[in-house]
Amino acid sequence: MKHSENKKNWPLWEVFVRSKRGLGHKHVGSLRASDAQMAVENARDVYTRRQEGISIWVVESKNIIASDPGQIDSLFDPASDKPYRHPTFYDVPNEVKNI
Amino acid sequence: MKNMEKDKEDIFNLIIEKDDKIEPKDWMPEKYRHTMIRQISQHAHSEVVGMLPEGNWITRAPSLRRKAALLAKIQDEAGHGLYLYSAAETLGADREELIEELHTGKAKYSSIFNYPTLSWADIGAIGWLVDGAAIMNQVMLCRTSYGPYSRAMVRICKEESFHQRQGFDILLTLCRGTIEQKEMAQDALNRWWYPSLMMFGPKDKDSVHSAYSVQMKIKRLSNDELRQRFVDTTVPQAEYLGIKIPDKNLKFNEKTGHYDFSEPDWNEFYSVINGNGPCNRDRIKVRNQAYENGKWVRDAATAYAEKQILKKIKNETL
Repeated sequence: MKHSENKKNWPLWEVFVRSKRGLGHKHVGSLRASDAQMAVENARDVYTRRQEGISIWVVESKNIIASDPGQIDSLFDPASDKPYRHPTFYDVPNEVKNI
Repeated sequence: MKNMEKDKEDIFNLIIEKDDKIEPKDWMPEKYRHTMIRQISQHAHSEVVGMLPEGNWITRAPSLRRKAALLAKIQDEAGHGLYLYSAAETLGADREELIEELHTGKAKYSSIFNYPTLSWADIGAIGWLVDGAAIMNQVMLCRTSYGPYSRAMVRICKEESFHQRQGFDILLTLCRGTIEQKEMAQDALNRWWYPSLMMFGPKDKDSVHSAYSVQMKIKRLSNDELRQRFVDTTVPQAEYLGIKIPDKNLKFNEKTGHYDFSEPDWNEFYSVINGNGPCNRDRIKVRNQAYENGKWVRDAATAYAEKQILKKIKNETL
């Protein structure tokens, strides 16, 4: 019998790892697992075999809401014409210190 | 409608041209998607089947240290297979279908894993030559144009340099040992040299997919360029070990600054790729057995997960 005929894949999970205290969790990849506990345990084996982390988050991939790559312009363009949000936009006379 | 398709293709080509990465949700031509799925899944299968020739020696490793290192290496390969299946899934491939293609013999994997590991020196030769060749290919693939594949390659390269060193270390120990041990190392080199050269794929002029892969920046170097690079780096290492590469024509070419070397037997390459290597049938058989033997574990985990969900719903409605 073909494997895929009577089989459904286990849910897909996205894995986030905090490499050390003080840093945020960073996306490292994904994996398949039957439930959340197995996802955490598999994530430990697959993504932290060399002490890459001290904390793992797993999120079922279907629960992630992503922005649409086709909407890049309308989402992010409004920020590109506002250089006054950056400190380098402002000229400070050389005589003025600590600003 | 036609125009919109054209616009999307222009954007795609621009991203490639700018050396940016293509990401999963971007529009991409079907040919790019298929090429990527084929390459990534073949790579994943190679990692998985690649565990078998080495697994053959776990129980017979000559010391606890060697055994622990070999186990760690093989576990890495399982991990690398998993990173790669995940990367293939981001392109819409179905993991179960990919695995089925491997198990039915429809999918290809690296021809090198269809050769047997006859002595402990073979484990050294695999680490040194086979992982060495794989690293050469994978370092290039860190810069591939598909984001998830590139990220998987960065992780894999970081982990794999220990694989090559542990192999070299095995051979170095043998070469500094008794005459018989050194002969074992030489015998392993004799058998693994040409299959290692084959790992880079056919000659550029005979390679079906090469031109498109280079054009789409999936690959950054051609098969022949990588093979030459491999020979150039490996020859001095063999000299250090004091064993001889089995090639009468191997010679440093002052003019080109590279080694001249003999081609592997390409008929053998195609024969092994098409299922007729020494171990093809056994590899697929063992994979299928592992899959069948693990079925009850997967079924139990699925049943447990479903039960937990039902329990949760019941508690919430109470």
